[in-house]
Amino acid sequence: MSAAASRYETVIGLEVHAQLSTRSKMFCGCPTTFGAPPNTQTCPVCLGMPGVLPVVNRRAVEFGIRTALAFSCRVNEACRFARKHYYYPDMPKNYQISQYEEPLAEDGFLEIDVEGGARSIGIQRLHLEEDVGKLLHEGTLETAQASLVDFNRSGVALMETVSRPDLSSPAEAASYLRAFRSVLIFLGVCDGNMEEGSLRCDANVSIRPRGSAPLGTKVEIKNLNSFRNVQRALEFEVRRQAQALDAGERIVQETRLWEADRGYTRSMRTKEFAHDYRYFPEPDLVPLQIDRRWVEEIRAELPELPRAWRRRAVAQYGLPPYDAEVLTQSRALVDYYEAALRESSQASGAGTDRPKVLSNWIMSELLRVLPGDDERAIKSSPIPPRHLVGLLQLIENSTISGKIAKDVFQKMFDTGQDARTIVEREGLTQVADEGALGRVIDSVMAANPKAIEDYRRGKKEAKGALIGQVMKETRGKANPALVNRLLEDKLSQT
Amino acid sequence: MIDRKDVEHVARLTRLALTEPELERMREQLNSILAHLDTLRAVPTEGVEPTSHAVDVVNVMREDEPAPCLPRDVALANAPDPSDGLFRVPRIIEE
Amino acid sequence: MHRPIHELSAAYRRGDLTPVAVAEDYLARIGAFDGKVGAYLTVVREQALAAARESELRWRAGSPRGPLDGAPIALKDVLCTAGVRTTAGSRMLERFVPPYDATIVERLRAAGAVVLGKTNLDEFAMGSSTEHSAFHPTRNPWDLARVPGGSSGGSAAAVAGGLAAGAYGSDTGGSIRQPAAFCGVVGLKPTYGRVSRYGLIALASSLDQIGPFAQDVADTALLLGVVAGHDRRDATSIQAPVPDYAAELTKGVAGLTLGLPDEYFIDGMDPDVERAVRQAIEVLQGLGARIERVSLPTTRHSLAAYYVILPAEASSNLARYDGVKFGLRVPGRDLVEMQSRTRAAGFGAEVKRRIMLGTYALSAGYYDAYYGKAQSVRTLVRREFAAAFARVDLIVAPTTPNVAFKHGEKEDPLSMYLNDVFTIPGNLAGIPGVSVPCGFSAAGLPIGLQVLGRPLDEARVLRAAYAYEQATTWRSRRPELA
Ligand SMILES: [Zn+2]
Repeated sequence: MSAAASRYETVIGLEVHAQLSTRSKMFCGCPTTFGAPPNTQTCPVCLGMPGVLPVVNRRAVEFGIRTALAFSCRVNEACRFARKHYYYPDMPKNYQISQYEEPLAEDGFLEIDVEGGARSIGIQRLHLEEDVGKLLHEGTLETAQASLVDFNRSGVALMETVSRPDLSSPAEAASYLRAFRSVLIFLGVCDGNMEEGSLRCDANVSIRPRGSAPLGTKVEIKNLNSFRNVQRALEFEVRRQAQALDAGERIVQETRLWEADRGYTRSMRTKEFAHDYRYFPEPDLVPLQIDRRWVEEIRAELPELPRAWRRRAVAQYGLPPYDAEVLTQSRALVDYYEAALRESSQASGAGTDRPKVLSNWIMSELLRVLPGDDERAIKSSPIPPRHLVGLLQLIENSTISGKIAKDVFQKMFDTGQDARTIVEREGLTQVADEGALGRVIDSVMAANPKAIEDYRRGKKEAKGALIGQVMKETRGKANPALVNRLLEDKLSQT
Repeated sequence: MIDRKDVEHVARLTRLALTEPELERMREQLNSILAHLDTLRAVPTEGVEPTSHAVDVVNVMREDEPAPCLPRDVALANAPDPSDGLFRVPRIIEE
Repeated sequence: MHRPIHELSAAYRRGDLTPVAVAEDYLARIGAFDGKVGAYLTVVREQALAAARESELRWRAGSPRGPLDGAPIALKDVLCTAGVRTTAGSRMLERFVPPYDATIVERLRAAGAVVLGKTNLDEFAMGSSTEHSAFHPTRNPWDLARVPGGSSGGSAAAVAGGLAAGAYGSDTGGSIRQPAAFCGVVGLKPTYGRVSRYGLIALASSLDQIGPFAQDVADTALLLGVVAGHDRRDATSIQAPVPDYAAELTKGVAGLTLGLPDEYFIDGMDPDVERAVRQAIEVLQGLGARIERVSLPTTRHSLAAYYVILPAEASSNLARYDGVKFGLRVPGRDLVEMQSRTRAAGFGAEVKRRIMLGTYALSAGYYDAYYGKAQSVRTLVRREFAAAFARVDLIVAPTTPNVAFKHGEKEDPLSMYLNDVFTIPGNLAGIPGVSVPCGFSAAGLPIGLQVLGRPLDEARVLRAAYAYEQATTWRSRRPELA
């Protein structure tokens, strides 16, 4: 890879298909619930039955416009749907209703963070279309004697966004996809769930000798359905192309499939005629003339986007950029974080490092126990932001120690109760009563005369053993700072 | 003029198995029809917007409200080869 | 008992006739004569009688649902009917039973109409003779050796032969008006978007429109009124309110200006047709209409434009018939073989020809030369009509250049296509047009007068047709099937 990187320049463009979080499909009223039993979410329209007609889902158009505005695209005044033809059994009409010459939006950009700064990646176009069904093979595709079609996904609203070939490495491509996903999640237009196929990615990749002007031959890679796969597949492909060029071979313009399990791309041997899509304007749908007022209404309601939030979190909250990056992987996580911050600003006695303490707890504890960082996982978190803040207050006012707090956190997650309830019920309150603690220290000192002797003879580490004993006696509930002070007092008195 | 190869290509594009005599007859008929259609070339249409809809209706959209689906047995009632609630097709050989 | 629907409903109201008796009579005539005519592909005897019985109860209770309650009608077999097979005249859909009603079928049922059955057509509505049904040809009740026209020939023949009181068909390039002319009945193609296409098996989506066949113009107005109007399920359907067509009929033609296009009287047309149409125009003049010559020069390119647009859209609409989800399947060793064999076996020669033509016209490198060009020609056709309608209220012309031809007479596809030269421009422009009987040829075959109007001006189109019909006696002549 590094050898190839030095001799060749890499040029990558990504096409991302995002399933829109609409309640019904793009052109019919069928619901879009993931994981329903096969062929239970279909109707004559999304089964492509004779005589049926599509009608555009207004919310899908709104989501498209919202996304276009977030990427600073030009929302076209007039847009139109077109039929794209090819035969595949998961596509019931054997054409897909998509957009061709007049897409919803064009010419935008997405800023991504790369080593040593930020880069702006051009977005060429954004359009709406319908998804296809799912094929299940009896065995693998190559060995199957038959395949089975489930049309539940057929007709689900999809948004295709095509980047310009501005990405110059597999790592940048992965970074683009991450930033892209994060924006869509913030906009609330897609759940970003890559395992469930809500976000799917194809890449166009070519290489050329460093400094040479003409672009190399473009190869399309399909089936890149996770950040890791995007990077691995592109790394493989760049290496493959570099080796081919080194060996004096020519790169063939083709479509290749990423085999994630096997770690390589392979040619799909697509005959050239298969790409004759025979687009023409969809006669069953009328053109859309996007009302400028509608666009302005949508623009006015755009939420703060991940980049802006990160910038603000760093400047205003003093959050480390890394923390901000982790939190913006999910809109729900940021919402959670913001809610917790609001809670704690209302509470008294919060330290100035509260923003950082909160992000620590969210990143290391909350994300550890939750099943995911998506909308669903976070919204249904058994620990609401108010409870997390309550827990931090108990630490800060010395009711419990940080160590106990972690156990309390787990109990809060298991029971959904708040920290105070658990601490009180289980008697976990930190012993901060000087009198009570003094008596424990006295008895520990009485039982360990040798340690006291050692300490007085200058062996200062003996104090640590005594503190350990006190903590053990109080089952970790003693306030460590207080134990230290009282012990030092007593050791110097006697 | 379109030749046999064109006819075969188009038949493949649209998934039609044509016999030898059908291919030949198709070539002849398509050429005769296309000769007539080529008279269109003589019509001056520079700067003339194409009409894809005879009526000037725009912006027809529906609200995003879920509607009832077909029961699965109804969805599959016309299927040539239903199999456990799925549509079965013969093996797919990648092209 | 074969009489217009408005007379049937008057008789129901008086109690002289009952919907059940009338339905039984039509079913008996179908039993007796449809073997000769071949108008129907499917007759739904029990359903029809059940609907007639319900209608009878409503009439008896004094609460009919309107003028179509109890009217026995037939539907072209491209209109989907829930639970009743809908074949499009094709082997491909021989056993296809839709789980849904077309919007117009829903509206007809709600209006109390009694559906007798599904009528024959050229396969997937591609043709002008109803010889190219996959099942059997339909014959013209005026002369069984001749075609009824097409593609809605079954519906036209059913109304002409007394096998239905009224019927519906679809018109993509003349498929209602041309068979209406050949069979001596009234046939109307409404404005594109006036009647919902939801549930109409598509031929060419930007041209298809559903319309009625009737024994007279008054029935045509009733049959249109019940099915016209906006439908949420058809994005191309028009929102405009539906006028009371029947109430407008009697306003006459005095003061109207009728345009007579030079291009609709061509060399090679049947002199009987030209004579009949010119006489009809004199009748209209006698009723107070002014006649003005208009020019629609792009008419001569309409046929070519149409035979690009139609096959292109049809090739796309018919791509779904591939043996996967519904309809015919012919086994194959793999998917592509199965699909290719299924489509080879399921489609007839004309359908294959148009699929091939359309696929070619849309394929890489040819789009601009064919589809793009044809759509621009379409714009010219629309502009010319708009310019003409700025000067005249209606356009009158022959419906077809000829009368019904003999079965097997037109083997060459192009000569068959020429049948539609006078009807196609109306589809390209999306305007309404009616064919009303205006006489007979020397051989006793019906001739049709076509009246075209501005978009959504069906009321005026019907008004002129009604004025002409009432001034003449052609409708009193009926074919003898017995
Ligand atoms: Zn659906």
